[in-house]
Amino acid sequence: MDEFLARALLGGFGVALAAGPLGTFVVWRRMAYFGDTLAHSGLLGVALGTMLGINPELGVVGACLAVALALVLLQRQHALATDTLLGILAHTTLSLGVVALAFMETVRVDLVSYLFGDILSINIADLCWIWGGNLLALGALAWLWRPLLAATVHEELARVEGVPVFPVRLAFMLLIAVVIAVAMKVVGILLITSLLIIPAAAARRFARSPEGMAVLASAFGCAAIGLGLWASLRWDTPAGPSVVVAATGLFLFGLALPGRSWH
Amino acid sequence: MSAKTLLTVENVNFAVRGNPILQDVNLRVAAGEIVALIGPNGAGKSTLVRIVLGLLRPDGGRVSLQPGARIGYMPQRMTVADTLPLTVQRFVTLGTRASRERVRAALAEVGAARVLDAPVQAISGGELQRALLARALLREPELLVLDEPVQGVDVNGQYELYELIGDLRRNRGCGILMVSHELHLVMATTDHVVCLNRHVCCSGHPDHVARDPAYLELFGSEGARNLAIYHHHHNHRHDLHGVVVATGERDDG
Repeated sequence: MDEFLARALLGGFGVALAAGPLGTFVVWRRMAYFGDTLAHSGLLGVALGTMLGINPELGVVGACLAVALALVLLQRQHALATDTLLGILAHTTLSLGVVALAFMETVRVDLVSYLFGDILSINIADLCWIWGGNLLALGALAWLWRPLLAATVHEELARVEGVPVFPVRLAFMLLIAVVIAVAMKVVGILLITSLLIIPAAAARRFARSPEGMAVLASAFGCAAIGLGLWASLRWDTPAGPSVVVAATGLFLFGLALPGRSWH
Repeated sequence: MSAKTLLTVENVNFAVRGNPILQDVNLRVAAGEIVALIGPNGAGKSTLVRIVLGLLRPDGGRVSLQPGARIGYMPQRMTVADTLPLTVQRFVTLGTRASRERVRAALAEVGAARVLDAPVQAISGGELQRALLARALLREPELLVLDEPVQGVDVNGQYELYELIGDLRRNRGCGILMVSHELHLVMATTDHVVCLNRHVCCSGHPDHVARDPAYLELFGSEGARNLAIYHHHHNHRHDLHGVVVATGERDDG
């Protein structure tokens, strides 16, 4: 196997492993649009990171967190609904990112690779970021699992039972920010949410427990990475979008299979 | 009843954007006592419950809970998203870790043992209410707070749930604060009724409240007529699963 392909697979698997379990929570909590908004703000993070001369990944985590906090604060007023706020934040941050990058004439940034990913150019340093970030996210999620699940099912009941709901929610947002920052290289800002949502959605029909669904989502995600990369090489298609199309293919295939229907 | 006081609510006030929701509300729940909070929609019942639970901070007044007392809370009717695969056993243990045997015992106590391994989305409204009650019981609470415990349950099921709540008080000796919007259903089980419409309109023994002019004004003659209807006795009932049971017995699942 070519070395660049091995790195691409390793990087993709690293992202898919963490995106699966986090994605199940995104699906359970109906936060797909929220994930999308954080991802869009990633480009602003790249611009800020470049401007400040720090690592773009750190810039992305910072921007995602800032947007998550801004949302929490904006939600305190009740004049505008959350999806409206998300729409404002998503497109403002994405546009601000593009505008900011345009101002930096000395820096050449490949916009398309940030928007749609550049998995075939992953290097060793990227791999360290991806696996470090994702193992950290997975570990933290395992630690948060019980309180986060309780808060997801019923927030007030969880609070009465002693779950510190607000810190748990913030920690969960931080984890999503970390995964978005490191997944950007793989599928790009515009498609990251799909790696959170589609494998989790595909796993639902075959899962009997929350944990089972998380593990299955990881497996579906890894399969999508493998399948998408193979298709990308076979037909010379862009890798990131190919991975997403593969994930959707798996999802549709799962729908056709006789699932373990519960009801 | 002169048992020790579990919960005291003193002169609680609460307003939303200057709009008073609760004014000078007082309330007391003792161990082994069932207090029903009744009132029309928008009377502030749920707000008061949320203040008692510590989910909302009152603008004025005091809420004191006996030190160390644990609260078991049963929220208003809820649904669990279909996207989340969760059995009743897992649902019941989300708040408290417990062995399968303990969960089974708690579900049996509320008459819902047979749904132990069912998906929580596939059980009936009455069964879900019982599962919520079992989840509250696993905490070994001194005080049970039940917000509209019979919402979405048919009339016979409501009757059974209230009987079950009465049994829990007898067997466990815990104090119970429950919200209902109808007096006639809670009359038989309740020791003390607080009729709330932003302030406490009247309170006391259920028979006393039923004849109180403030109550009649709030609920009209409709409420009074319902009371008459519910004073007759059924000669049989149906349990959770539709089986006819003789009155005075309960299905333990």
